[in-house]
Amino acid sequence: MNTGLRLTVDGVGHHYGGMQALSGISLVAEPGEVMVLVGPSGCGKSTLLGIMGGMLAPTEGTVRCVGEIPPDCLNPLTYVFQDFSLLPWRTVAGNVALVLEDRLSRADCSARVAEVLALTGLTEFARAWPRQLSGGMRQRVGIARALAVRPACLLLDEPLSALDAQTRDLLLEEFAALITQAGTTTVYVTHNLAEAVRLGHQIVVLSRRPGQVREVLRVDRPLAGRGAADPDLVALEQCLWRMIRDDAAVAERERIDVAS
Amino acid sequence: MSRLDGPVPFRGGGFAPRDRAWAAAATLIGVVALWQAGASAGVIPTLFLPAPVSIARALWALTVSGELWKHLSASLIRLAVGWTVGTLFGIGMGLAVGLWSVLRSPGMALVSALFPIPKIALVPLFIIWFGIGEGSKLATLAFGVFFPTVIATAGGVDNVPRGLIRMGQSFGLSHAAIVRKIVLPAALPAILSGFRVTSSIAIVLLVAAEMIGAERGIGAFVLSAGNLYDTDNLLAGIVVLSVLGLAVSWVIGRLERLFLAWRA
Repeated sequence: MNTGLRLTVDGVGHHYGGMQALSGISLVAEPGEVMVLVGPSGCGKSTLLGIMGGMLAPTEGTVRCVGEIPPDCLNPLTYVFQDFSLLPWRTVAGNVALVLEDRLSRADCSARVAEVLALTGLTEFARAWPRQLSGGMRQRVGIARALAVRPACLLLDEPLSALDAQTRDLLLEEFAALITQAGTTTVYVTHNLAEAVRLGHQIVVLSRRPGQVREVLRVDRPLAGRGAADPDLVALEQCLWRMIRDDAAVAERERIDVAS
Repeated sequence: MSRLDGPVPFRGGGFAPRDRAWAAAATLIGVVALWQAGASAGVIPTLFLPAPVSIARALWALTVSGELWKHLSASLIRLAVGWTVGTLFGIGMGLAVGLWSVLRSPGMALVSALFPIPKIALVPLFIIWFGIGEGSKLATLAFGVFFPTVIATAGGVDNVPRGLIRMGQSFGLSHAAIVRKIVLPAALPAILSGFRVTSSIAIVLLVAAEMIGAERGIGAFVLSAGNLYDTDNLLAGIVVLSVLGLAVSWVIGRLERLFLAWRA
């Protein structure tokens, strides 16, 4: 069942001081679908995600969310961070319970923590400290913490970019399964085009700074059937790369200029 | 052109000092043994620096007579009350300065202006304000502990990773919950490091305050022994202060192990 929100981005722009980061962005993230934001470095993907999640106020335009919130939802718009953002002084279970413990009874909290730990394969690590876990396991805890609040919309900011390639592939499959099962609206920022075609129902290609919507591609295939070697997806990935390549090269040169 | 022929030399060792408990104990025992030997041989004049055995005898006599506990209990109460008051106010002020822009500049301006004042110089002023009794001594301790605690706490709050606070906000935690669940635990290592500094400062100020107008307390006892040229008891008092410092340090170490187990 798709229980997610519809997020409507209308004419959003943002500037940091004198630098225009985003300009005239209008998009709709449909309930239960995965919208993937891709584009060259510095195009404003994370800024746009921050605005969509209410963590950053846009300097122009609005973001509206419309839809039914499940009764057990504790945080409608929920982030998963690139750097995991786990509290090192809390165990795995403690991190997952961070929001639940003040809002649910002790029994309900324990039950929900146990449920999401089982869902993310973390049950036997419930009492481990984050420092004892690998990067992939830490990100699973980040996912478990996000799922524990029963979000109506998940916002993932390059959640796999800090991980090695093998862990990334494994987690990508798990993400696809978890997102399908949860049925929440998902906005996923990545610079990895293989992730984009594996997860996205809607792939939004942003131009280099100031970020504008360059293209919106739809992939109407269930996430469960998408494999890394699927020729259609490989072709789509190559198509995306052709769109981004020139902008990425210019963005890289601009970065070198700024650095020097 | 030179030529290499042989095993690759190992170059990666060193720069990894390790604690050796036996070496620490052996050093202390060695120094005391040398001191005793020098005193027994007449190399060290015992009128000015009594032998360790004489100090131990004086300490035993003080313990048996109940004199030691009379002075030590007075000092411990002053230390506990003065340090606790200074620490509680210091943590409160440090959090306020670290969290609220309205208080940050005024608070840090006051702390910066008052922190460098040697607190011992304020003892006469505190005696005028609070009288010669306990009030002035407790105020000296609390005042001396307050400022380093503010600085340690505010520094700890400043160093809380912004990403963690942002995470808390993204999950809809209230301001109070973010302070309780994220800011305070993240600042705790800095606050506990501050405890090590403030406990030492508190012992120094305790002795100084007790040397001015106190009948009981280790500081008063040491001063009185010095006035009487009773170097055995004087050194016995100093040994007690050293043990007090070690005990406080041990307690803080236990607190660190208890609250910072996640860092191990």
